[in-house]
Amino acid sequence: MDWVNALVQGTLLGGLYALFAAGLSLIFGVMRLVNIAHGELIVLGAYLGLTVVMATGLHPLLALLLVMPAMGAFGYVLQRGILNQTLGDDILPPLLVTFGLSVILQNLFLEGYTADPQKMDAGALEVASVAVGGLSLGVLPLLTFGIAVAVIAVLQFIFYRTPLGRAFRAVSDNQDIAQLMGLNKRHIFGLAMALALVVTAIAGILLGIRTSFDPTAGGARLIYGFEAVIIGGLGNLWGTLAGGVILGVAQTVGAKIDPGWQLLAGHIAFLVVLAVRPNGLFPRVSG
Amino acid sequence: MPEILTLQRLNAHYGDFQALYGVDMSLEQGEVLAIIGANGAGKTTLLRSVSGLMSNGADQVRYRGQPIGALRADQIAALGIALVPEGRQLFPSLSVEENLLIGGRLKRTGPWNLNTVFELFPVLKERRAFPSTALSGGQQQMVAIGRALMSNPDLILLDEISLGLAPVIIKTIYDALPDIVGEGMSAVIVEQDISKALSVSDRVYCLMEGRVTLESSSKDISREAISHAYFGID
Repeated sequence: MDWVNALVQGTLLGGLYALFAAGLSLIFGVMRLVNIAHGELIVLGAYLGLTVVMATGLHPLLALLLVMPAMGAFGYVLQRGILNQTLGDDILPPLLVTFGLSVILQNLFLEGYTADPQKMDAGALEVASVAVGGLSLGVLPLLTFGIAVAVIAVLQFIFYRTPLGRAFRAVSDNQDIAQLMGLNKRHIFGLAMALALVVTAIAGILLGIRTSFDPTAGGARLIYGFEAVIIGGLGNLWGTLAGGVILGVAQTVGAKIDPGWQLLAGHIAFLVVLAVRPNGLFPRVSG
Repeated sequence: MPEILTLQRLNAHYGDFQALYGVDMSLEQGEVLAIIGANGAGKTTLLRSVSGLMSNGADQVRYRGQPIGALRADQIAALGIALVPEGRQLFPSLSVEENLLIGGRLKRTGPWNLNTVFELFPVLKERRAFPSTALSGGQQQMVAIGRALMSNPDLILLDEISLGLAPVIIKTIYDALPDIVGEGMSAVIVEQDISKALSVSDRVYCLMEGRVTLESSSKDISREAISHAYFGID
């Protein structure tokens, strides 16, 4: 039963990793931008949530109503004001600029919130559990996984059933020809970053409820996000969810074998997938 | 008829390489212009300059008298200029219908919509849900033309639409051209098949090494004049 418990807990943890990864996958899919600052942006979502909770007394999940639009607006301005200027044939400028952004954000967190670990209080939700088939499942992990599935489903709907999604895919396929259709790629990229940071806001607040975070917490989240995206296959949103689950299960099973192996087991799973299927388990089929 | 497109001493560069040298050209509303020339003559560069894929001096390209040479491609598309690019260049992750719909996203009013494009090319209706990459070259060319028509342009630029297609498909597409450029639409056709280009156009320009070497009515032009302008031989 312990092993079944490890598998189930890992699956639920994978929901959070999928949320870390979804924004990363979306941004890479639309504009081929590798966002090194993604981890810090997740932490920014957590700090904004903390600020709203402290200022208003709202429950952290309700704080999402304010943090999501704020992060979306920040994403649009960030993309139009800075990141669009770095996009081109050379892949180095966006890497350097987003790395610089991650350093700036870390230092701003230190200035604004000190180096002390912080956590959001979600009250009874944090300890509530339900018994399922002899297992005791936390309501918060279940909720997180449900939110992850819902977020991926909504992103999938936007990408494949709406004019905005058509525009995302067209710009991703061929920026020049998309411009001929009247699409302003700078605006479309801005919308993609806004959408990615709305998802990142959700990931950040769920992170801040689940565990403590500090100004340096972004690096590990970036790695988990990258690993989930690459395991699942670049450009495949459901694959990203699967990648998150595989990573989560590898970690909990590793921890079951030896508590010291938790993180290492996740990285080993990532390396094995990379060695066997360099394009990930479910790469997007196109062209 | 008023001039719809005017090129004034248009120069175009790819880095240090100059592809067009002071090209002057004009197109009246409702007119069909053919541009012929050998490979590397600058024909595609000229269409890229008009459509905004290459940036130029603002006054070098005028549309209805308005300088557009420095505008972006999306701004030029919104003014009513559509390009059917060389090599089709459909969006591979979009279905046939989605490729057409994204062409119509500007929502300009006019005769073209999904139904009228399907009437023009019925095979596309049968394959509307197919990935665009699953079509034959000729069918992909039909999608590329339909995608441009969906924006209801006032000026359509057609770049080598017969390239790499079977003769029967080329005939189908050229037979459809009168329906396409009816309704008062103007067109610029870049084509290496000289006889095809002359058969559907009112006037013809020949480019050689980035310079205009001939301007003539398509009906009155002689084989000798074309040889001279096209190859530089008498």
